[in-house]
Amino acid sequence: MIALLMRDLKLAFRAGGGFGLGLAFFLIVTVLVPFSVGPQSSLLATISPGVLWLGALLACLLSLDRLLALDWEDGSLDLLATAPLPLEAVVTIKALAHWITTGLPLVLAAPVLGVLLNLPQPGFVWLVVSLALGTPALSVIGTFGAALTVGLKRGGLLLSLLVLPLYVPTLIFGAEVARRGAISMETNTPLLMLAGITAGAVALLPFASAAVLRVNLR
Amino acid sequence: MSISAKANRLWAYANPKKFLETTEKALPFFWVAAALCLVVGLVWGFFFTPDDYRQGSTVKIIYLHVPSALMAINIWFMMLVTSLVWLVRRHHVSALAARAAAPVGVVMTLIALATGAIWGQPMWGTWWAWDPRLTSFLILFLFYLGYIALWEAIENPDTAADLTSVLCLVGSVFAILSRYAVNFWNQGLHQGASLSLDKEENVADVFWVPLLVCIAGFVLLFVALVLYRTGTEIRARRIKALQARERVGA
Amino acid sequence: MMPDLGKYADAVLSAYAASILLLVLLVLVSLWRGRRMRAELTAVENRLKRDG
Repeated sequence: MIALLMRDLKLAFRAGGGFGLGLAFFLIVTVLVPFSVGPQSSLLATISPGVLWLGALLACLLSLDRLLALDWEDGSLDLLATAPLPLEAVVTIKALAHWITTGLPLVLAAPVLGVLLNLPQPGFVWLVVSLALGTPALSVIGTFGAALTVGLKRGGLLLSLLVLPLYVPTLIFGAEVARRGAISMETNTPLLMLAGITAGAVALLPFASAAVLRVNLR
Repeated sequence: MSISAKANRLWAYANPKKFLETTEKALPFFWVAAALCLVVGLVWGFFFTPDDYRQGSTVKIIYLHVPSALMAINIWFMMLVTSLVWLVRRHHVSALAARAAAPVGVVMTLIALATGAIWGQPMWGTWWAWDPRLTSFLILFLFYLGYIALWEAIENPDTAADLTSVLCLVGSVFAILSRYAVNFWNQGLHQGASLSLDKEENVADVFWVPLLVCIAGFVLLFVALVLYRTGTEIRARRIKALQARERVGA
Repeated sequence: MMPDLGKYADAVLSAYAASILLLVLLVLVSLWRGRRMRAELTAVENRLKRDG
């Protein structure tokens, strides 16, 4: 299990892996926002939690089609399916590797980009907390989408279409935590909802992903 | 008749041939009944109901808006049930019925959204608001599109049936989650449920009866469409199988 | 015969027009595809029967 995780991480960090892609996209989106909506700091302060969450979500979405596609092409998915490790564990590891290479850097980069967008002081903690809590759900849901479309030639657009509505609850609660945190409001309710969604997704979706992957490998 | 015998009779329709034979006979009745109910309901609603004292003549939109919205949700629910039947019992007709229903669901969602926008414009002064109900329907619309796109994208019919069924299951859970999330996120302009089966306190009788006829019309139209379209899908599947056999034989 | 729709005539009429148009399109597309599949199936079946 750990060997598989290390292998995935190594592949991602190597040149040509998807490691920098999501982060670069996140950076581009947040830097471009002030150019498109104007530099008024009050406006930026209001929209910054939402923009940062949206940027992180899109960065996640962007890196999804590489999640299983490479392993599918070179046949290592077939090997993994016949390995003693259950497929549920394989997809969980894959999601974890995706989170470490995409979600975690986004969480760490978010406060820095928050400065650029004039995020109010109390918002930083909540932004990091909400992203740290929400991005695992994004990775797990994304793995499900990637497993659904893995056999398809041009699955990228379809993958986005399938994953988009599945991301809505996470985005709503995550951005709500960050927004409320930024204006020093009570954040418990959305935070608990977000935690619930993440816990539920992490616990249950790997079974769906594995089932779908088995169908695709048949 | 015992329950299990009844159930066996129901499962007999899982045989594509039997399904086609029976629906062939039943379909004309459904088409006629659907057309009858729709024409009577809509004509009644459009020409012979009074205007509402607050909403003026726009209440007439209710005869399209409420039935289509009801169908949009219930069609997804029907797809969920048939998907489960496919996953558990592997009856092709069940999976194909879900496939046949999805485009009908899209059109119903579209009608609900369009009539809602047209109704909202004079009433709320805006075509679109990020109101919970409207937003939920938009999300439902996306689910339908994704579901159909996945069916279209996959060559092998059994793989497609499996994948779309799982998507339907997962999608249902997330659709319910979204409903709560969206409710939490914005309390909206939309009035509460205007219909409940045991009480009719929200809608006066003059509107209620033609509305029921319209709902019956939409349901019958849906049944007719699904039976017909499932037949089409069964034939399309058979064509594929026969063509494959031809290629092997040649 | 036409009821007086007042100032909301546009809204009501366009809602009815759009919905009926969509429903009719759905039915027509379904019938059209159904008919085509039916014809294609008989063609394929006949071909198979002829070739044995």
